[in-house]
Amino acid sequence: MAMLSFEKKYRVPGGTLIGGELFDFWVGPFYVGFFGVTTIFFTVLGTLLIIWGAALGPTWNIWQINIAPPDISYGLALAPLAKGGLWQIITFCAVGAFGSWALREVEISRKLGIGLHVPFAFSVAIFAYVTLEVIRPLLMGAWGNGFPYGIMAHLDWVSNTGYNYLNFEYNPAHMIAVTLFFTTTFALALHGSLVLSAINPGEGEVVKTAEHEDTFFRDFIGYSIGTLGIHRLGLFLALGAGFFSAMCILISGPFWTAGWPSWWSWWLNMPIWPVH
Amino acid sequence: MPEYQNIFTRVQVRGPAHYGVPLPSGPWTREGKPFFSHILGELGNAQIGPFYLGSLGLASLLCGFIAFEIIGLNMWASVHWNLILFIRDLPWLALEPPSPAYGLHLPPLAQGGWWLMAGFFLTLSMLLWFVRVHRRATQLGLGTHTAWAFASAIWLFLCLGFFRPILMGAWGEAPPFGIFPHLDWTVAFSLRCGNLYYDPFHMLSIVFLYGSTLLFAMHAATILAVGRFGGDKEVEQTIDRGTASERAALFWRWTMGFNATMESIHRWAWWFAVLTPLTGGIGILLTGTVVDDWFLWAVKHGVAPHYAALYGTISDPSAAQGGK
Repeated sequence: MAMLSFEKKYRVPGGTLIGGELFDFWVGPFYVGFFGVTTIFFTVLGTLLIIWGAALGPTWNIWQINIAPPDISYGLALAPLAKGGLWQIITFCAVGAFGSWALREVEISRKLGIGLHVPFAFSVAIFAYVTLEVIRPLLMGAWGNGFPYGIMAHLDWVSNTGYNYLNFEYNPAHMIAVTLFFTTTFALALHGSLVLSAINPGEGEVVKTAEHEDTFFRDFIGYSIGTLGIHRLGLFLALGAGFFSAMCILISGPFWTAGWPSWWSWWLNMPIWPVH
Repeated sequence: MPEYQNIFTRVQVRGPAHYGVPLPSGPWTREGKPFFSHILGELGNAQIGPFYLGSLGLASLLCGFIAFEIIGLNMWASVHWNLILFIRDLPWLALEPPSPAYGLHLPPLAQGGWWLMAGFFLTLSMLLWFVRVHRRATQLGLGTHTAWAFASAIWLFLCLGFFRPILMGAWGEAPPFGIFPHLDWTVAFSLRCGNLYYDPFHMLSIVFLYGSTLLFAMHAATILAVGRFGGDKEVEQTIDRGTASERAALFWRWTMGFNATMESIHRWAWWFAVLTPLTGGIGILLTGTVVDDWFLWAVKHGVAPHYAALYGTISDPSAAQGGK
């Protein structure tokens, strides 16, 4: 058994949402549970379908494998397997696997008597994925608006979709999302640095305390958010980045079909400007 | 089911202000009398201040202010000192670098000289700030991790505005100062080099950017989830492992078969955040210097598929004019 020295006392029954004690066991370090079984089911099925899709395609080059959604002409109908049907089932499996994983995290959290912050945070990422692959294609009336499964293929999709709106960097929700991604990374650097600098103060120095951390940040910028606050802030920033990413693509197409640079004309056209 | 999840502080305990651990004596002391903000206290510490300015901080802020003023006044001048137009058009206004014709020479002020000067003072401001962060840490007996993480951000800034223009032989290669103009520059730069998405170091930088956001979400959520066991006391938990650390570790071990420790998660965090601008800067430096067109590079190396020519032979206009 792959158990940490302190692990045994935490491996207790209970906390499951479904299945009672039927799946309440571990395999190696992994907890199983009912949702572990469904995770495995969707993951294995989805992965095999991806391999099948790759086998149908022209190449095994890992960068160039591309399993595309159906042509726009199929609308919201089911497509033949080789013409986007695989993409449809793979997407279904992905949503099933992600959802199962989140619910498995809920069971593990309950078993450990800890908060549900991690599965909640993960559900924001799932929401962003579902927005891209399900909600927006539904609103636009065709599965063909989803992104394809492939390393370069999905980059090409992002690039092409961006240029469909002339310059995607003028999308206000995209601006907020990018700002939040950069800010989250900035805050992560500050937090990681601060904790490491207190624990690893250098040759001959004693380990420092939270008082030193607070003092450093007050000396530095006049404010220290504190050891608890930085994790609240970090979670808000990170989830905001995911949420606004979903928003920026959701409004592109269903709610705005022109180029994003011209969206800003509302500002120039406001009646408050006394010059023309 | 509704249960307290420690998202906001429910009861704010207000003790006397903390003036900070002692500093070595010097000509500067901490400035300002600390005060409290209830709103900030909802999320984290309520105390604001004191602040250590110091000669490095003063010099850095002055240089930053000069750069800010040069940029702002040039933008204002570009609309003929019309205040209404300045406010209305502010997001579109720019302080542009010199035209490529000036190469690496000093242009007249109005033809990019101001841009060079703003860049000079902004760079000086950041370098002074780097030394300041380094000194604040050593004077408190802390490690200098924050300063070196900041150095990584300065590296990306200098790659874009200093190192790459020098390698290309013209200040005109650098981005402008301005809100929409720097976005336009980014898009135009990507198009000119055959789409930056095919630049492997751009790929790495994006992976670390998204990875940092993922890591912070995972880490922050984990610490809040074990907050009821004192999980936010990370230094103490590192030195003397408590049940918060154990539950946090087991959560990830049971979820994905692997866990960090209370200390190592911050090493993961530091490296992911630092590698974002580090790899991004390398990607910028290679563009136009080593690789002219990332799409053609990707086709050559089997990363991107080769598309058959649909419209016959197309001549590259820049090649026809005897360009690079």
